[in-house]
Amino acid sequence: MSLFWQVDFPALLAAGLASGLCALLGNFLVLRRESLLGDAIAHAVLPGIVGGFVLAGALAAPAMLAGALAAALVAAGAIHIVRRLGRIEPGAAMGAVFTVMFATGVFMLEQAAGRNLHIDADCVLYGQLEDILWLDAPDVSALPREVWTLAGVFAVAVAAVLLLAKEVRLAVFDPAFAAALGFRPGLLHLGLVLFVAAAAIASFEAVGSILVIAMLICPPAAARLMTDDYRTQILLSTALGVGSAFAGYGLAGFAPAFFGADWSLNAAGCIAAVSGLAVAAAALFGPRRHSFAGAAASLGRG
Amino acid sequence: MTADKPTASPFDASGLTVAWGGRPVLWNVDLRLPAQGMSAVVGPNGAGKSTLIKAALGLAPVLTGQVRLLGEPAARVRRRIAYMPQRNSVDWDFPVSVRDVAAMGLYGRVGWLRRLGKRHLEAADAALERVGLADFRHRQIGRLSGGQQQRVFLARALAQEAELLLLDEPFSGIDAASEAAILGVLAELEREGRHIVCIHHDLGTVAAYFDHVTLLNAVVVASGPPAEALAEDTLRRAYDASGLRPRAVAA
Repeated sequence: MSLFWQVDFPALLAAGLASGLCALLGNFLVLRRESLLGDAIAHAVLPGIVGGFVLAGALAAPAMLAGALAAALVAAGAIHIVRRLGRIEPGAAMGAVFTVMFATGVFMLEQAAGRNLHIDADCVLYGQLEDILWLDAPDVSALPREVWTLAGVFAVAVAAVLLLAKEVRLAVFDPAFAAALGFRPGLLHLGLVLFVAAAAIASFEAVGSILVIAMLICPPAAARLMTDDYRTQILLSTALGVGSAFAGYGLAGFAPAFFGADWSLNAAGCIAAVSGLAVAAAALFGPRRHSFAGAAASLGRG
Repeated sequence: MTADKPTASPFDASGLTVAWGGRPVLWNVDLRLPAQGMSAVVGPNGAGKSTLIKAALGLAPVLTGQVRLLGEPAARVRRRIAYMPQRNSVDWDFPVSVRDVAAMGLYGRVGWLRRLGKRHLEAADAALERVGLADFRHRQIGRLSGGQQQRVFLARALAQEAELLLLDEPFSGIDAASEAAILGVLAELEREGRHIVCIHHDLGTVAAYFDHVTLLNAVVVASGPPAEALAEDTLRRAYDASGLRPRAVAA
């Protein structure tokens, strides 16, 4: 098997799945006007991941997943309590909670690293896309564990979004009305928090938490500028997530060589940058947004 | 159902105390609205008007007391009640069409996990027809005027075919044509024997639009026919008293 199948293909698959998964879930955060919550959860799961890792003594997916979900619940609860008791704006409550939890996670990470356990901050922040190898290609059962984890979470998320399409749309658009009808917007929101936490943990090993945050927000935000249709919004942002992953990965591998350099760029960073460019392009040219001429005219009027 | 209990009040609060963040917003409210006619709840900002409706629907933290709707606890009669939240409670930039929003009124009847069928969409369209928005059904909701948005919310409530409608400021910030259209639909509903309770902000129109008025400011200041409830001394008690409360409380 060629180097492409052993090295690039599994990395592309992991990046595409992680980006598509985060972009899909990010829709509901962006539509709730709670984009920062994705950032908060992606950071707040760190102490849970490290805690699960330390307790299990290895990069055991179930322990870290359980830790991450618990940390996400703690974060969501703490944000709620700070908002209620402190009566401060939601962004401030989220910012306060996730920075404290992330700092705790970094502290725990240092302690764990001091005990010679194999886990470090670089892996959490930037991921290790280059280490995802499919040495036994084309043996499907030998696909790397990260790919299977991502595919599993992706499949469950898609199933949940399809099954609860009507309920989720109502709860995101008008939670008070949803509650009056007897649907449980609070429960659905909690489910979203858990899904985002699961996506963060499934993705972080492969692509890192920075890309998770970018993918939760950038593709849905770009789609928001391009369509007024709910289905199109969700399909388009998922496609943009996957597309950014492929384009960013290609850019990272080939752009430096194109300019004659013999080094390559960090793939996760390139993917995040491409998704940012998609937002910029949508803001400039998206059909749903005012053109510069329109903005200038409204400024002139205003 | 109404034949069995001709005297049952559609909205019956007793000893209701509700607090947000430890501060009481409604204090020992006893309120029985009549079965006939349209009822309004008026009062200054922060008087607890929206909270009264939310508490009735189980959406606010009730400390003591209870509200019975159509003679039952709200949880048992959800399908028979339509709630119209304040227009500014949702994001009108949301990517849904006018028809999508009207169809949300049918979600309760459709239930969890099941999808809307053709007849549900037809019912949503019929509700839009009734509020004069049939031609706008494929439009994104942000591309409507404030009055038209309010009418979309009313269409969603109509689609529920509820016996009791709880409407939070249906006439707030809208044009004259929409106000007339909404009032016309509410009058029709009232003639059909449905119960209508509106939170209302405009003391200038309340006597003309409603048969029964409740003046609220954390407590029930007065409740009865407009001429009675809106007497000078009750109005002063409801509105001047708010000046005595701390500023932060009125927000």
